[in-house]
Amino acid sequence: MSSNSQTISPVASPVTSSHVKSSSGYSGTQDINDMSRSFALTTKLDSIIAWGRKNALWPMPYGTACCGIELMSVMGPRYDLARFGAEVVRFSPRQSDLLLVAGTITEKMAPVLIRIYRQMLEPKYVLSMGACASSGGFYRAYHVLQGCDKVIPVDVYVPGCPPTPEAVLDGIMLLQKMIASGQPRPWRDNWKAPDHD
Amino acid sequence: MTSLEEFKKEFTQAGIAVENYQFSRAFGDDVILMPKEDLLKVFSLLRKNQKFDFLMDICGADYPQREKNGGKRFEVVYHFFNSKNAQRLRIKALVGDGETIDSALPVWRGADWFEREAYDMFGIIFKGHPNLRKLLTHHQFVGHPLRKDYEADRQQHCTQSIPIHFDNEPGVDGNILNENFVPINIGPSHPAMHGTLRVMAELDGETIVRASCEIGYLHRCFEKMAETHPYNQVIPYTDRLNYCSAPMNNVGYCKTVEKLMGIEIPPRAQALRVILCELSRIIDHIISVGTGGVDLGALTAFFHLFTYREKVYTLFEKLCGARLTVSMTRVGGMAQDAPDGWFDEVLSFCKEMRAGVDEITKLFLDNKIFIERTQGVCPISAADAIQWGYTGPLLRACGVGLDLRKVSPYYGYENYQFDVPIGSAGDIYDRYLVRIEEMKQSIRIVEQVCKSVPTGDYTVRLKGVVLPEKKDVYGNIEGLMNHFMLVIKGLRPPIGETYDATEAANGELGFYLVSDGSANPYRLKVRPPCFAIWQSFPTVVKGALIADAVATVASMNVIAGELDR
Ligand code: SF4
Repeated sequence: MSSNSQTISPVASPVTSSHVKSSSGYSGTQDINDMSRSFALTTKLDSIIAWGRKNALWPMPYGTACCGIELMSVMGPRYDLARFGAEVVRFSPRQSDLLLVAGTITEKMAPVLIRIYRQMLEPKYVLSMGACASSGGFYRAYHVLQGCDKVIPVDVYVPGCPPTPEAVLDGIMLLQKMIASGQPRPWRDNWKAPDHD
Repeated sequence: MTSLEEFKKEFTQAGIAVENYQFSRAFGDDVILMPKEDLLKVFSLLRKNQKFDFLMDICGADYPQREKNGGKRFEVVYHFFNSKNAQRLRIKALVGDGETIDSALPVWRGADWFEREAYDMFGIIFKGHPNLRKLLTHHQFVGHPLRKDYEADRQQHCTQSIPIHFDNEPGVDGNILNENFVPINIGPSHPAMHGTLRVMAELDGETIVRASCEIGYLHRCFEKMAETHPYNQVIPYTDRLNYCSAPMNNVGYCKTVEKLMGIEIPPRAQALRVILCELSRIIDHIISVGTGGVDLGALTAFFHLFTYREKVYTLFEKLCGARLTVSMTRVGGMAQDAPDGWFDEVLSFCKEMRAGVDEITKLFLDNKIFIERTQGVCPISAADAIQWGYTGPLLRACGVGLDLRKVSPYYGYENYQFDVPIGSAGDIYDRYLVRIEEMKQSIRIVEQVCKSVPTGDYTVRLKGVVLPEKKDVYGNIEGLMNHFMLVIKGLRPPIGETYDATEAANGELGFYLVSDGSANPYRLKVRPPCFAIWQSFPTVVKGALIADAVATVASMNVIAGELDR
């Protein structure tokens, strides 16, 4: 969307007649300008879309290991991710826009992760939960990918092994801020799919 | 108990020449080292009369030094268990690089994946194994990572996902048995696959004609990591084996190291460990029952049960600061003592949990939909279960009352009153029945322990094992020196090897530990309970509906962390 400067304003309506009669027979006389001012707000198109996006993230929980168990807590009754508008958990990448990578990604799993990421529709975001997903964690080992950002672009890293649910919520709020401010994401724009099948 | 002398006699009577055998007893284990040619004969003999009914574990170990000295490089180690009298026996055979060894499959079906793993990790070739191919590492991986000459951090990238395959090499398309059958792939990223499991099935309508499992999507090289870390630093890695009940793995590992070092931990540490284990058993079963409900479409129970899990997390947090991965034990005892009033909080949790379990019983076990989805679905007989190496709740659901806390009690379990619930049909319903009843029994145990916690120290105070208290480190020269020495030299168990097992939430969790006297374990093999269970999955679901297979996955409670390690 390149219409950053475009302003939506119901006030710009050319209607100036002061008598409006509703079809239901309401017969009050009201200035439409007054009326619209009572419920409308002016904003930028981009901001309102971003506002919608940030409050309706549909996460796809890619829980592979211990962090996945802690992610259950984040979804669970006490921490309740629903408070941030992200409770519609989708297990199909095509229906979700936030990939929560929670857990160790092994070499064997890497091609699967890439495929899942590519199947998601734009705009899409990635949150890497925990030390393993962010850097391989304490598994400096022959079968562990040293961070999922080796293969997909990551927007938010949440440290911890596993991170506390509060930290994950904080990560999601950070992502919401990023979405709201329309922060550029060069890591995402410059991402080239690895040479995988 | 059969003594080693009796084994010798029995073997001789069966016409086996035992001159080249070595019978030994070390660290409380009976060990027989024998030439690999006789293995199958001896196995059948051991199996006869149900003397050793369980083949618990098969693993390899690499000793490159021996090859340089003209010997054979690999050892294949078998662990047997007799459920009648809780006797264990370890049999070892030597194999050179490139040599073959007989597969134990004709005698024990459960040898299947254990041998594949040994092949994958060491390149040991098992003659007669029909499907000897990689198990854990990816299909593009070259080499055998647990050999001592493979560096721990040498990664090899995988650039292709593995296509659907059945009992052939991945890369070759699974040849469909009949053109009307439909091959489908479930996982590794699928809500019913609990993490990273992958099942491939060939369907006739909705009926499974054959299935195959691909594992290793969470192979995090636990055993190699253990070889490159000092003994106490391995503890956090054990947390991440079965992360649904992390403290139990801590306990199992430390108990093994302590057995090797001949350390008896103080009564208070034992009591703390029992409480931790039983609380873990409860929360593990909560996950199993809760997610099992989700897979059957019952989301409410999951949310409801998680409230109780959170309460246990809070208890753990009070104890050590961490919620999930607690790493609370140390070799020699616990990392710290329980804070004031903690036991009372545990007691009040027990009360709440009791009410919770009653609710779960109503939600699940008395629920008509649940009963119809699970009763009589994918049952397994006791004999088959033993053949595959089932332990824990799944074995008990078949009617075999084997529980290590009863047959070979540790940490004073013999002093606590509790029952071992068993099922009768071995179907999915019975598995949940057993789990839910076990939660009640665990509450009983925790209450008994909390009511009479022994006073005293929470760890042994041996200077070569446990770090001195901070007040000594800062307060006197001896404490400072001991601290320094232990940090620099590390904890060093004597040269030797041992196998020890505990009753974890999913069954027997065994650790086989080889020490060469250095500060790191030389070899540490985990015997994860769900490994033996999951290998039976293709057989168990054959002929079942695909929806029932999903219910079966949940009922087996396979935890990828301990499955793939
Ligand atoms: S970061 Fe820690 S808790 Fe999370 S998956 Fe890795 S090992 Fe497990």
